[in-house]
This record gives sequence, C-alpha cells and structure tokens, in this order.
Amino acid sequence: MSEALLTVSGLGKRFGGFVALADVELEVAKGERLGLIGPNGSGKSTLVNCLCGTLRNDSGSVRFNGRMLDGMKAHERTRLGMARSFQLPRPFGTMTLAENLRIPLLYVVQLRGAVANIDRRCVELLDLVGLADKAHQLPTDLTQIEMRKLELARAMAAEPSLLIADESMAGLSHQEVDDILALLMRLNEQQGVTIIMIEHIMRAVMHFSQRLVVLVAGRKIADGNPADIVRQEDVVAAYLGS
Amino acid sequence: MRNPAFFLWLCVAAALTFGAAKLIDNPYVFFAGYVVLQYIVLSTGWNILGGYTGYVNFGTAAFFAMGAYTTVVLHKTMPGLPLPAMIVVGGAISGLIGLGTGYLTLRLRGTFFGIATLAMSVVVQTLITNWSFVGGSRGAYVVRPDTTDYFGIDYIEYLFLIMLALSVIAVGVARAIEKSRLGYGFATIRDDELAAEASGVPTLKLKLLATALSGGFMGMAGAPLPYYVTYLDPASGFSLSYAVNTIAMPLIGGTSSWLGPVIGAVLLGTLQQVATVTISSALSLLIVGLMLVGFVVLAPKGIIGWFAPKGPRK
Repeated sequence: MSEALLTVSGLGKRFGGFVALADVELEVAKGERLGLIGPNGSGKSTLVNCLCGTLRNDSGSVRFNGRMLDGMKAHERTRLGMARSFQLPRPFGTMTLAENLRIPLLYVVQLRGAVANIDRRCVELLDLVGLADKAHQLPTDLTQIEMRKLELARAMAAEPSLLIADESMAGLSHQEVDDILALLMRLNEQQGVTIIMIEHIMRAVMHFSQRLVVLVAGRKIADGNPADIVRQEDVVAAYLGS
Repeated sequence: MRNPAFFLWLCVAAALTFGAAKLIDNPYVFFAGYVVLQYIVLSTGWNILGGYTGYVNFGTAAFFAMGAYTTVVLHKTMPGLPLPAMIVVGGAISGLIGLGTGYLTLRLRGTFFGIATLAMSVVVQTLITNWSFVGGSRGAYVVRPDTTDYFGIDYIEYLFLIMLALSVIAVGVARAIEKSRLGYGFATIRDDELAAEASGVPTLKLKLLATALSGGFMGMAGAPLPYYVTYLDPASGFSLSYAVNTIAMPLIGGTSSWLGPVIGAVLLGTLQQVATVTISSALSLLIVGLMLVGFVVLAPKGIIGWFAPKGPRK
C-alpha cells in the first residue's frame, strides 16, 4: 500500500444523548477501493457527513492529502479534492443536466486553473455516464438510475482524488448495479481516483472492495480483507443477530 | 448578447423612454413614470435575493426607507451634496444593513427567513420613529428646488432621469449576474444548498453577497424619495405596500430572469398609476391582490414562463 490519502483518528459524533460515532479510526491509501458496510443506523452516513464537512465532528480529526480538515466547510473540502454523491440524489432541479455539471467545473476545477472549454467538458462527463443525449433536459425527466449517474457525474466533475459514493446503487436492478460498478471501477483504474463505497448490496461490495470496513452502532468492528471479514463472527452477528 | 452590448441597448431604451415622456408634454407623466421606474429598481434588487437565491425578503420597506432617510440626514447635514452622491451613500448603508441582516438571519430557511426580515423592518421603523433628528413620527420636510442647473430641466424631470439611470444599472447588473459564475452559484442555493456546498459553492459567502447587493439596490431606489415626496414620515416610508408590490412584481413577471421583475414592475406599476388617476388610489393594493391570485393560477412561473423554451422538457 502506498501512503495514506485519508486518515481519520478518534472521530466522534453525538446527537444529544445518542452516540452516532465513537472513536472511529480509518486510513485510506491513495488509489484504494474501500467498502464501508454496516447495518442501518450504524453511522455510515454520519461518517460521510463528518468527512465531507456537512456535519461537524465533536472529537477526533480528519487529515486529507496532508492537510487537517477540522473546522473546514464542505465547499473547501470539495475544493481540496474530496467529492461525494448523496444517498438520495440531490440534483439542482431548475438546471439542465449540463448546467448541473457546470457548477463544480466553475467552482472547483476552474479555481485550480482554467478549463479550456466548459461546455465540451460537460458533454464529456455526461458521455462518461451515458447521459450525453439528455444534456439539455431537466433532472425531473430522469429515471432513478439516471439520477444516480448524474449524481456520480457531478461528483466526478470536481475532479476529486477521493470519491465517496454513498449508497449509489440502492434500489437498482441487477443490470443497473453492474453499470454503476463498471463506472466506478473505470474511474479507479483509469483515473486513479480513490473510492470509498458505502453499500448494502453485498454482491457489489464484495466485487468492488479491496478492503472492507464494518461499522456497527458507531464503532468500527472490523477492517481488512473482504473475504475474511464477512466470515468474522461479530460481523455476522451484527447483521443476523447472535 | 454580450453584457456591454446589452448595456448599450438598455441606455438606448432609457433614452427613448425619456424622449417619449418629454413628447407627451405633461409633467404628470414624469411623476407617474418615476414611481414605475422606482419599482423596476426595487423589484430587480429584490429579485437578486428572492428570485436568484430563493430567499423571500419581506423587509423591502426597511431597505427602501433606509435609503430615503439617509438622504434626509444628508440633506440636513450637507445640503450642498448632489443627489447622485446621496444615492451612493444610501445604497451603501442599505447594503451594509443587508449584509448584517443576512449574517444574522441566513441560517433560517423559507418562511422563517421571511418572518425575520419582516421583523427587521418593524425594528428599523421603530428606531426611525423615535429619532427626532430625522423628524421622528412627525416626519421631515425636504424642500426641493424647482429647476436644476443641468440644462435647466425641471427637478421632477431630473428625478425621473436619475431613476431611469438607476433602472439601467440595476437591470444591467442583474442580467450580468444571471449567466455568470455568480448567477449559477445563486441558483444552486435556490435549488439545494447541501448539494451546492458539495459542489464547491461557498453558500454563506454568496448569500451575504446577494443580501448586500439586493439591499443596496433597494436603498438606492429609496434615496431620491424625500425629494420626490418633499415630506417623508415613517408611516409612508415604511409602508407595507412597498414590500407587497416588490414581491408581487417579480412573481407576476417571473423570478428566474432579469426580465421578469421589469415586466412585472412596468405592468403592475403602470396599472396602479392609471387606477390612481382614473378610479382611486385605494384601489392599488386590491389590483395587486387580484393579479397575484390570477397569476398564481394562470402563470405560476410568471409572464416569462409563458415564453420559456419548452424544447425537450415536459
């Protein structure tokens, strides 16, 4: 494994008396494909929100690409190269698909250096997820899977070094899951993007992940080789009961 | 069309408007036209916050009156100051108030933000009512000269020209924002702030910019008011009808583009002026109410919504 891109140490978050995350330690290497699983309410999305700056962690720290992110706002983290897709797609509803992708191009990529042709880049990105022919339609016209593809395309438009895909496959058919999987694999292998995938569909997680992390009730209970992890007793117990 | 070219067209349109008003040869045209133009500035300013970012501001009257009362103060302390300078100061003060209001209230969403701005308007009105230097509740008289030093035109024509220039600036700025990075950023705030932040948009900074710009334009619209009415008291300066009209006009015209507030202001403003002369001035709020109801039913996206490209959209 090469050097760490993301280092999370002692991360804690509580909502009132409810402990959502407790003392989470996590390290992700550059170029790695990490799967993050856990039963509903185990704190996966809270972890993502703390990483991306949507929520503020109560304790611990997040180091990304050699920089401490604590106290940084979400948009600053996106500009540093951390992008996410939302569990429930949140497209900009009054803008066309092309305009949706324009936002990260204007507010992230262009601030790093000029983009030669923004319009063409929008079409390229839409082409990558197979939505090029709908560039000038509104998101309301899209199907569920197209919406998720748009969500991924918008995250990719920010040219991230780390992409966090929060349940981008929930509710999709077998074939659609394969489509998204292929897309994420391509991103990782061809463009070297580090990816954290949060997912319930075990077939996808097992196929995708080089390493698996399991969260249960806000604590990390397992971290390692996927094939070994899913046989681990406490992991099975967390899902099926002991 | 590029922005400089568009600006040039605006200036031509403004010159034609002035020429037409001059041709009619009735000073009342300037009095009525001034009000319509004032509403173009107000609703265009309002729309920068309310239409582009989606934060509905009910406190128009406060920003408007702050501009007006800045002029009252400047008139008493520095009577020699030319009106355009007073407008700049009034705009700056209202812009700062917008910034402050934004900083305190932008964490509130939707209705709560609207209520906060309405409350702010009441607070500012109370402060002005109790400030005797600007006349308190008795109001202040501002004596305006009959003519100006500029080409000997009447003062009301001068006020009309000033408001015309402000309209050109406000509309020019609003349109320039619309298709710029800033305009896209504003639109993401209207659509989804969480997704906007995740796409790298500094939402708080943009919202503050929008409140400051919006407040600034409203203040500039109000700054010449004391010279227009010559007597200003809090009840008329902070009149609720400013807030109601300024919200109704962009809604009727359409909030998604610079053209909407202009259409709404011209249509509603003219109708109110005509009704004032022909029927009664008390009718104007009724007209607003009826038109709002009508447009909510017939054109939920405003008049420009009728002409928006349908294309592949369903």
